[in-house]
Amino acid sequence: MNSQYLLHSHGHNAMNHSVPGINLQLVLGVVFIFLLVAYITAVLITNQRYKKWPIFRTICWTIGMVIALAAVVGPLANIAHSNFTAHMVSHLFLSMVAPIFLAIAKPITLLLRTANTTLARKLTSILKSRLLKFVSHPITAAVLNVGGLWLLYTTNLFVYMHENAFFALFVHLHFFIAGYVFTISIIYFDPVYHQYSYRFRAAVLIIAIAGHDILSKYMYANPPAGVSQQEAEMGSMVMYYVGDWIEVVIIIIFCWQWYKSAKPRRNVTVGFNREQVSMHGK
Amino acid sequence: MRNNNDIEVSRRNMWSGILFGVGLIAFIDETVFHQLLRWHHFYDKSTTDIGLISDGIFHAFSWFATIAGLFLFADLRRRNGLIFQRWLGGVLLGVGVFQLYDGIIQHKWMRIHQIRYVDNVIVYDIVWNVGALIILLIGIYLIFRTSKNSTLKEKNANE
Repeated sequence: MNSQYLLHSHGHNAMNHSVPGINLQLVLGVVFIFLLVAYITAVLITNQRYKKWPIFRTICWTIGMVIALAAVVGPLANIAHSNFTAHMVSHLFLSMVAPIFLAIAKPITLLLRTANTTLARKLTSILKSRLLKFVSHPITAAVLNVGGLWLLYTTNLFVYMHENAFFALFVHLHFFIAGYVFTISIIYFDPVYHQYSYRFRAAVLIIAIAGHDILSKYMYANPPAGVSQQEAEMGSMVMYYVGDWIEVVIIIIFCWQWYKSAKPRRNVTVGFNREQVSMHGK
Repeated sequence: MRNNNDIEVSRRNMWSGILFGVGLIAFIDETVFHQLLRWHHFYDKSTTDIGLISDGIFHAFSWFATIAGLFLFADLRRRNGLIFQRWLGGVLLGVGVFQLYDGIIQHKWMRIHQIRYVDNVIVYDIVWNVGALIILLIGIYLIFRTSKNSTLKEKNANE
């Protein structure tokens, strides 16, 4: 409710040409702090009813939220307004690093566990809905995520973002949500109602990473609107090389999940028959 | 049953090697030629659109290949199915194919970047591509040598 109110007042402020940067930071800051507090509250509630929620997941959620906050509030966010490299770092934080931590924190599992049965059922039916199936499909998520970046950096949207605070808010939220949805469409921690095979997800992941790489090299030669050549070169190299290492983390988690799921139940080459017999014996 | 399994394991050894080989050489290319020697450029002014796309896809694939190749390797070991020579053959095949692709398609045809920015770059090109071909041939030789399932049968007989 609170953030809703701020959102509206913020829109007016932007039109009344007051300082848009500060308001933007305030709104985004409230959103992320709300998410952090909500998660911790849910953990406290659920701990009273069921066995303890792993502290490790709470820590991951906190780290994710702190990273997201660092991207939109404070010094980095201030510099990002005028410095393209800082903007790029903030993008990497908000839509790539934070989502990995948030995915590990299993927020949907926590939500379903905290909610009462009726609410949990409603939530499940929403999660199973066609719309969410469509949005969380790896290909849709990849297009919304990487396609959004292409749109922002190759058109005039990047200029609008700096002129219109409301639009800037939208872009930041899109960065965050699209990054998160894409991450959970590739690596599964929370329950997934529409699962896709490892092979398919691997293909989508590779294409999405390629889209990111191509865009970053493209920007090197074709600076986004309003960005100088020099800044574009620096920013695109940050996007390319730092992005690489974040992508490596996603790939490792993905392969590790495959490795766990492909664990043989028995020794394939040796002792196959013996174990089979003993299992029948029992 | 046993036979199908052998073929599957044998195939996996090769693919794990190929994936790792592609990833390994891409990594070496990136660190040695781009970062340390600075022979290659991040972006060449003459780079074409298709070259940019091809480079991006290959870059993305190579990251994935390195890690996936190693996880497949770990899976083979876990299943007692590793045939090292065949795996190594796969690695060399991956390295050779990548180098040839890079040296002929990306450098010469798409002109993404050159090996080095000197006058007689042809010498570098020849060393690069002939080297790639030799590695490729050794890889193919190793894969053929281990493809009759003989290694795996021996391995099973010994256990």
